[in-house]
Amino acid sequence: MRVLMKGTEAMAEAAIRAGCSAYFGYPITPQTELIHYMSRRMPEAGGVFLQAESEVSVINMVYGAAAAGVRVMTSSSSPGVSLMQEGISYLVGAELPAVLINVMRGGPGLGNIQPSQSDYFQSTKGGGHGDYKLITFAPSSVSEAASMVYDAFDITEKYRHPVMILADGALGQIMEPVSLPEQGASKPSVKNWALTGAKGRPANKIFSFYLDPKGLEEHNLHLQEKFKNIDDEIKYEEDISDDMEILVVAYGTVARILKNAVQKLRGEGRKVGIFRPISLWPFPESALKSASMKAKQVFVSEMSYGQMLEDVRRIVPDEIEVKFYGRAGGVVPSPNELYIKLKSLLERGV
Amino acid sequence: MSNQILERPKSLTQKQFHYCPGCHHGIIHRLIAETIDEFDLREKTIIVQPVGCAVYIYEYFDTDVSEAAHGRAPAVATAIKRVSKGKFVLTYQGDGDLAAIGTAEIVHAAARGENICVFFVNNAIYGMTGGQMAPTTLPGMKTATTPLGRDVKKQGYPIKVSEMLAPFEGVSYIERVMVSSPKHIIKAKNAVRKAFKYQLQEKGFSLVEFLSACPTGWGMPPVDAAKWVEENMTKQFPLGVYKEVGLDD
Amino acid sequence: MAKVVIDQERCKGCGLCVAACNFGNLRIGENFNSKSYKVSEFVGEDCKGCGFCYMVCPDTAITVFRDEKVEVEK
Repeated sequence: MRVLMKGTEAMAEAAIRAGCSAYFGYPITPQTELIHYMSRRMPEAGGVFLQAESEVSVINMVYGAAAAGVRVMTSSSSPGVSLMQEGISYLVGAELPAVLINVMRGGPGLGNIQPSQSDYFQSTKGGGHGDYKLITFAPSSVSEAASMVYDAFDITEKYRHPVMILADGALGQIMEPVSLPEQGASKPSVKNWALTGAKGRPANKIFSFYLDPKGLEEHNLHLQEKFKNIDDEIKYEEDISDDMEILVVAYGTVARILKNAVQKLRGEGRKVGIFRPISLWPFPESALKSASMKAKQVFVSEMSYGQMLEDVRRIVPDEIEVKFYGRAGGVVPSPNELYIKLKSLLERGV
Repeated sequence: MSNQILERPKSLTQKQFHYCPGCHHGIIHRLIAETIDEFDLREKTIIVQPVGCAVYIYEYFDTDVSEAAHGRAPAVATAIKRVSKGKFVLTYQGDGDLAAIGTAEIVHAAARGENICVFFVNNAIYGMTGGQMAPTTLPGMKTATTPLGRDVKKQGYPIKVSEMLAPFEGVSYIERVMVSSPKHIIKAKNAVRKAFKYQLQEKGFSLVEFLSACPTGWGMPPVDAAKWVEENMTKQFPLGVYKEVGLDD
Repeated sequence: MAKVVIDQERCKGCGLCVAACNFGNLRIGENFNSKSYKVSEFVGEDCKGCGFCYMVCPDTAITVFRDEKVEVEK
């Protein structure tokens, strides 16, 4: 059955259906509907809902619930996610599974409450201290956001590594028909390592502290080895041909807007392809590389001044030119704006 | 042969404490471990440990233990207690952890009346990082960052945690104790027992503040440091029960 | 009569037990342990098994064996 839901609410309901039994949050626009929804639904579902005193506390509550072995989630928006970075680093160090949602808004600083994509670096390159990257998925529709959150609980438990759903204010606020995932199909894994009281087993310890350099290096090598396996979770969507004049690369809301412009150009007989990374880390490197080699030029657009762009430039062979168009500060580029930009690039040729 | 033995409690592992000679952490660890044994709670206990000298608690207690980021133990413990049915949850925190970087977490856990026990070790100094000023450093006290002594006009006044938290409705029990002599250790043990009972009877937040010696940080022999607790710290931080809502029989 | 046994490897020679004993049954001896701490020794003749030394020891280095129940904790 398809229901009409806001992005934030669809993600909340999907989490509950995935067996998420604890949600900790702190109000911040533009994701407040998610915390509202959880405050109502979580007790109904027999789970724990708590509004904490800050995002710093929130992420440490997430850490506690994860250590106790339950499926746990939080959601926030950019400034709040900045406050969570310490705790995220600890989650990674202690190898605790958790699902995090960032409904990105304009920054830096307090910025504003409009949609943005300027937390790509923070999410995919580390964010907190230490040598790690977060598993990051970027939805571009409400439906996709819901199924992504649902699947994220299995993925985070599989690797004992937090998963970030990197949405933006537009996606959080729009209402779309969504087929919600089924309750009960996804089950929390058995966690022998969780803190449940040392009954009939040796005591379990959750920590990220290794005073001995060799011990910490070994722990880091173990993490790095684990990160390599996360390549199995690479996801992307492409609509390409063998002789593209231009390949458009974008994620999330911008990818959605660009599709519109691409369709229009195709209607005019232009050969334009589109590549949408769904997993931002791990990034679909080889897929993007081979797609880009079928194009004369590559065009990247983001609601930032070029963050994913750096990854695209690193991946696309040097002989193929990569052009960029970004808007920031909470300005969402219009389909026509992107159409005009693409058209001018096509007319100028390579 | 002997029929009654006083020995290392079962809830401690065999690992030797790394604390400096005469440090009171070891005494406080033992009191908590003895009480876990007395209430037969080892298999239900989850300890949330601090950052600071007690960062190795996970090696010392033979119970489930979680590390927490500096100051965040009350938030971590809040979640563990709320998602785990029938478990016994306590935090162990120093003055830097609880009264400086983690003030928001402790205040809100107390205000919410989280049904956890907090064991707060106040030794008026940062031990692990090398003896810097703590939020509880006494006026005039010399530390690595107050080389001329804490000047309250410049560095402010010590935070009195027990007095600060006691008025919250969510708080069921707060007592300040010290472990400087056998007499006081017996009193401290009773305070630990009481805090345990408050959680077991689901009365809400309980906290025991231990005035504790840091002979190395204070630059004193252990016996003198214990005396210094009695003679100086108790003036700034008077012992006693600051909150007690009452236990069921 | 009671007996106090000191784990020489746990002891750090802090002397808190020596100060706590009202009967002079403990002293810091001349022996070093493997960590170079001069450790506490039980030299008691009339130990009552009060357990004060056990209570103040920060390293759980002390075990007290009592022959009969001694009421010290109220």
